[in-house]
Amino acid sequence: MSFLVDGKKGNKYLLMGNEAIARGALEAGISVAAGYPGTPSSEIIENLAKAAEERNVYVEWSVNEKVAMEVAASAAFAGLRSICTVKQNGVHVASDFFVHLAYSGIRGGMLLILCEDPGAISSINEVDSRYFAKMLEVPLLEPGDFQEAKDMAKWGLELSDEIKSVIMFRSVTRLSHASGNVIIDSLPSVDKTAYFDCHGPVFSDRGPIISAPVPMMHTLQQNKMKKVAEIFEESPFNTYRGPEKPELLIITSSACYLYSIEAVHVLGLGDRVGILKLGTTWPLPPKLIKKHLSSTDNILIIEEVISFMEENIKVLAADFAGEIGVKKFYGKNDGTLPSTNEMNPDILVDALKNVLGIEYTPVPEEYEKNARILAFTKSPNRELTFCPGCPHRASFWSINNVLKMDNRGGFVCGDIGCYTMAILPTGFSTVKTVHAMGSGTGTASGFGKLRQFNMDQPVLSVCGDSTFFHAAMPALVNAVHHKSDITMVILDNSGTAMTGFQPHPGLDYNVTGEKVPSVDIAEVCRAIGARVEVRDPFELEETQNTLMDLFQDTKGAKVLILKQPCSLSPERKGKKNFEMSVNEEICIGENCGCNRLCTRIFRCPGLVWDKEKKVAHIDEVICTGCGVCASICPAGAITKVEVQ
Amino acid sequence: MKKKELKKDPYNVIITGVGGQGNVLASRLLGNMMVNNGYFVTIGETFGASQRGGSVMSHLRISKKSVWSPLIPKGMADMVVSLEPIESIKVMANYGNNKVKIISNTRPIYPVQVIAGELQYPSREDIETTIGELTSDYTFIDATDEAIKLGNPILGNIMMIGAVAGTGILPFDKKDFEKVITNYLPSDKIDANIKAFEIGEKMVH
Repeated sequence: MSFLVDGKKGNKYLLMGNEAIARGALEAGISVAAGYPGTPSSEIIENLAKAAEERNVYVEWSVNEKVAMEVAASAAFAGLRSICTVKQNGVHVASDFFVHLAYSGIRGGMLLILCEDPGAISSINEVDSRYFAKMLEVPLLEPGDFQEAKDMAKWGLELSDEIKSVIMFRSVTRLSHASGNVIIDSLPSVDKTAYFDCHGPVFSDRGPIISAPVPMMHTLQQNKMKKVAEIFEESPFNTYRGPEKPELLIITSSACYLYSIEAVHVLGLGDRVGILKLGTTWPLPPKLIKKHLSSTDNILIIEEVISFMEENIKVLAADFAGEIGVKKFYGKNDGTLPSTNEMNPDILVDALKNVLGIEYTPVPEEYEKNARILAFTKSPNRELTFCPGCPHRASFWSINNVLKMDNRGGFVCGDIGCYTMAILPTGFSTVKTVHAMGSGTGTASGFGKLRQFNMDQPVLSVCGDSTFFHAAMPALVNAVHHKSDITMVILDNSGTAMTGFQPHPGLDYNVTGEKVPSVDIAEVCRAIGARVEVRDPFELEETQNTLMDLFQDTKGAKVLILKQPCSLSPERKGKKNFEMSVNEEICIGENCGCNRLCTRIFRCPGLVWDKEKKVAHIDEVICTGCGVCASICPAGAITKVEVQ
Repeated sequence: MKKKELKKDPYNVIITGVGGQGNVLASRLLGNMMVNNGYFVTIGETFGASQRGGSVMSHLRISKKSVWSPLIPKGMADMVVSLEPIESIKVMANYGNNKVKIISNTRPIYPVQVIAGELQYPSREDIETTIGELTSDYTFIDATDEAIKLGNPILGNIMMIGAVAGTGILPFDKKDFEKVITNYLPSDKIDANIKAFEIGEKMVH
């Protein structure tokens, strides 16, 4: 039986943090879950979708995070419990609604579950969104292990229902995408009735829901926060381990808790160093903090990414200084720990060594030095690359060739998806700007108006199909309306590929597999008023001719949709359209004028340069049989035979 | 075999390879077998963007006492299972020590810069010498080549798990594998996976 629907309290599973969060939400009896895919958050919605029918939960991948939060909030307005899941960027996308929701309050229970990515393992930012909790004055919970990920998701929803305020729940990559033992609890009844009680008197809990009058609603929220601080004083998720009077007190939260335990263990400091783990990181429980600050003079605060907890604890320490004395703080502000990148046990071992002045070497210096040299010299780096058979490689091959032929210094404004990698050699370094979802076409819309200042470089933007719906549509409207001279290339690979192939509004099925109306990207673009062409990126010549034609059409915004499913999509995975081979008689390798165009520039992992024979060859384990390389070989040495 | 105690607690295993090799499935299968046998297991994985071709590494902490950090501290790996031969060399730089047990697949997956002729991929002999410098306890098996004979190169990951069982170091066996594999794969794929496990198990005997 799946861990999602197993009702037997006490059963034990190995769960990924995101699976544990999904289970906790089900144990709290959620009725609605909405999110937008984003690593490391995506598996929460994916798992809930699997349990949607049996647990009577409505689950959706919304068009973007703001809408996801609105969808989840509507359930909480109607008295139900709900969650909204996002990665760190998502809080920022949803923030306009979030600001107002913090004041307006809810009538059920709701968690905004954000999974952050310290170190940007799967992101192009490592923003620390905990500040939203403080800025918007809503509670913040941070689980410290896998069991807590489940237990706190459940408890957070119950608390939210009690105080009638949305609560932020923050996980990080090393919890969301890590796994550990979790003991499950029972599941509640699935019978729920939704009713939006909105026709009663204004300012009552049966009236309309709005954040105004602001001073009154703001005060109300601040009163809720005072109550929450009291509740947090007694929270079982704030724990202490270590001696009664530690030489050094670590205050930590989230994945850093596990790293802290490890570092103290590695250095054998269990009787000298205490660890106060906080699960409730905003508002901080003042009495609890005061009690622990009183136990020692030296405090090390360990967190990811910047010094959120450290600053807030120091404010309390200043308030209490008259009673508890002045403390020595170590953390990010004094440089004991870095304020960028993720933490790990080794960084904490070094910090403890420095603070306590102790010696420790995990492996002999000579061994480590040799191992590093060998890793550098004998294990060549693996540069990020598009998958074998990826349509993006073909698309950027065409875009890059056309820009070079045009020879006016044209460039591509990039966007968020696998195709962000086109800033690297795998996409022939074609992309020149990358920021937020939809920003490629937004910035292109601006560049396209710089003709007035004598800029004659062709301006292109790229965006994926899911990104188009998420945030690029308004940018295209802007470009069309303002007659901005751009070519927007929509790389439609039939899914939200980078995060694991989630459906989006352009497809005719949803996250639970239900048949739903699809929104046609080409028709939307035509309705907006753009000239629209649709091509298969694997047809290189046709694609390049069309792009040239769009360049020459200098008036306003044009759209080229390059449509070909992702090579990892269910439609293509494991299926070869062509058997590829290299005719070793025809391939003359380095003596050919092409200078190994296929392996040196095109760089598909399925094509390998055979140093001995001095010819290219196909790696049959890697090749997906897309057939594109046959079109790029100037000698015609690569042949494709259609698979029947 | 199940009764056997861990050599060390926590016992730290790193499964390393390249995106698309089934690294994550291998670590989940091994982790689940250990949980079923009464252990605490923590797995730390890096599998962000799903593109293939990048290094993928899973850290498994196996303990009778508690969950541990999802990242192994420096120099503290006990076993490295390498689905691709040069990946174990990368792992050893951070987590290695001269007592690590390395079980490595022989089949290379060339980094794109090797394909492009910008970097050199070491020869089989060179790889063996390098690993021999880092630890005296290593075994190479032709997992992918055998998996291709079975009809699907992806089964190489299961063969490697079979090889881990074959070493007898960790307390699990084929019966444990049969129990967990049914939760992960459709029934028509079970037999091939069990066969792959058996082949892997024999390869280290």
